[in-house]
Amino acid sequence: MGKILRVNMTELTAKYEDVPEKYALLGGRALTSALVADEVPPDAHPLGENNKIVFAPGLLTGTNAPCSGRLSVGAKSPLTGTIKESNAGGITAQKLASLGIKAVVVEGRPPEDGLHLLVINEDGAELVPAGKFAGMGCYALTRGLWQEYGANSGIISIGPAGEMRMALAGVSTNDREGDPGRYAGRGGLGAVMGAKGLKAVLVRTDKTFDAPVKDPEKFAEAVRKLTKALAEHPVTNQALPAYGTAVLINILNEAGGLPTRNFSSGRFEGAAKVSGEAMAEAVAQRGGKGRTGHACHPGCVIRCSNIIPDAKGEVLCTPVEYESTWALGPNCGIDNLDHIAMLNRLCNDVGLDTIETGVTLGVLMEAGVLAFGDGEAAINLLDREARNGTPLGRILGGGSALAGKLFGLTRVPTVKDQGMPAYDPRAVKGMGVTYATSTMGADHTIGYSVTANILKVGGFVDPLQAEGQVDLSRNLQVATAAVDASGLCLFTAFALLDIDYALPSVVDMINAQYGTSLTVDDVFNYGKEILKTERAFNAAAGFTAAHDRLPEFMKLEKLPPHQVTFDVPNEELDTVFNF
Amino acid sequence: MQVELQLFATLRKYAPDQPLDKGLVMNVEPPLTVSILLEKAGVPLDKVKIIMVNNRHAGFDQELAAGDRVAAFPPVAGG
Repeated sequence: MGKILRVNMTELTAKYEDVPEKYALLGGRALTSALVADEVPPDAHPLGENNKIVFAPGLLTGTNAPCSGRLSVGAKSPLTGTIKESNAGGITAQKLASLGIKAVVVEGRPPEDGLHLLVINEDGAELVPAGKFAGMGCYALTRGLWQEYGANSGIISIGPAGEMRMALAGVSTNDREGDPGRYAGRGGLGAVMGAKGLKAVLVRTDKTFDAPVKDPEKFAEAVRKLTKALAEHPVTNQALPAYGTAVLINILNEAGGLPTRNFSSGRFEGAAKVSGEAMAEAVAQRGGKGRTGHACHPGCVIRCSNIIPDAKGEVLCTPVEYESTWALGPNCGIDNLDHIAMLNRLCNDVGLDTIETGVTLGVLMEAGVLAFGDGEAAINLLDREARNGTPLGRILGGGSALAGKLFGLTRVPTVKDQGMPAYDPRAVKGMGVTYATSTMGADHTIGYSVTANILKVGGFVDPLQAEGQVDLSRNLQVATAAVDASGLCLFTAFALLDIDYALPSVVDMINAQYGTSLTVDDVFNYGKEILKTERAFNAAAGFTAAHDRLPEFMKLEKLPPHQVTFDVPNEELDTVFNF
Repeated sequence: MQVELQLFATLRKYAPDQPLDKGLVMNVEPPLTVSILLEKAGVPLDKVKIIMVNNRHAGFDQELAAGDRVAAFPPVAGG
């Protein structure tokens, strides 16, 4: 049945509790959202003592189900004011699940300033003072903790940005090589951790696949089926391992939906230079430690991650993904792959969400604080200003909506104050519906309409037409909520959408692990319940239909090359949650 | 007439010398469709999943005019 680890930062205690019956079949996002909705008052200040930050592995995490190592992190968001869940790969979630921990709930606030480290091992959990790590970047911190506590430890950490409670601070975990950079990046969760004085959570065990399974034989059969589906689907067996997720740069550019220079165009003339194809070429030419087809956690069979090497073949950054590349590249007019990888590394080290950082940089470039295309200036802004919390660094750290307000701009691509990811809603209208209505502010993973709009996975809905987008986004938001609870990487969804036996195999796994008799229909009801819980929290926090809107400029400014605006009617947006 | 064909991701092996940022410029007599163009370039149609002509999704049967730009992709995804 597992247990919940409750960490009280006011009392400086860490105690195990039994899992209440109502949470028995919740995992990942379902559990973080339920715990936040049940325990955090909707009017709590996100950085105050009444907010809580929850870490939860998914339902299947800690088993040998393929690609099942996701870690969900939830809280009330300091960036959006909504409920928030952001999830990441890396090695930590499997360790938590293998120790029987369904969730770690961190609450309260320390009576005085000071940092702590939460150490979890096979014997128990304790808080230890961590003042010596103050101001330390995630690379040095992770290396230092591996030296002190042992290699292969799972480490959830924040950089200086989280300590300074910046609204775009993310939460990092590490991969098998000990590099940070697997981020629950969105929504300022790092600031919540920082407000609690929690610099890192260290999980010291070599257990990886030790979560209990009630019917191992049936489980193994279902694992074989899902593994086969992932091996058969051309997206998960060819494109992602060969090129990484940045294979999307060229296709979004061809579709005229690659937001360029702060969402002023849908095409970037330098796209090819920063594409997944260009990364694969750099890895092949530079050799050394560079690679494509890298797995972020044991049991990943997709291997979309990469290690981008510098000119000498040393690790420059891992991973460099599509949204990060876009945010720090085309959105800033930057076409130099080494600058982008360095900016990404700095985000990982300082503890910044790459997407929010890139969107904010785009807004600051629009304001003239630095020039579009000036990679060196952007590097300086992250490494000197943000890292040290100078006034300009704090402006960046407040996120894109704040930067837009400070400089009096109207072209500010945010929903619920969260910066939009790498798909312009005017040319990929299904993503516009998702951005507008998401329970978390503008978020791409929560209802990835790019599948049917651009990639022809799970059917085709013309990205330039308003028709059909609401149904597409609704169905994806429901299914995604369930996937986010399972602990499976969202990239399994490409196979789940296209191969008929794939989704039943996931249901079979859950039934075999928990002794339940769920059906495929139950999966969709489960997803709907998660969305209802999140919507209810947001409503109680003051969010209404008026917040489920894109910024006005997207209805007024025509996006080249298609010269389109966002034209899904408001009354249709308001039907997304009619279920 | 002249049209441009750009191949991406795993399809690049059918035009290994094509630079990353430029398509192949091909001279082909009309009437011309996407599938005829791909066959002339030696690209097996069953390897092609997504086609765009002048930045819009298109099918194999779409007729091409002089100056059109065709982009072809295998199954790809990410995010």
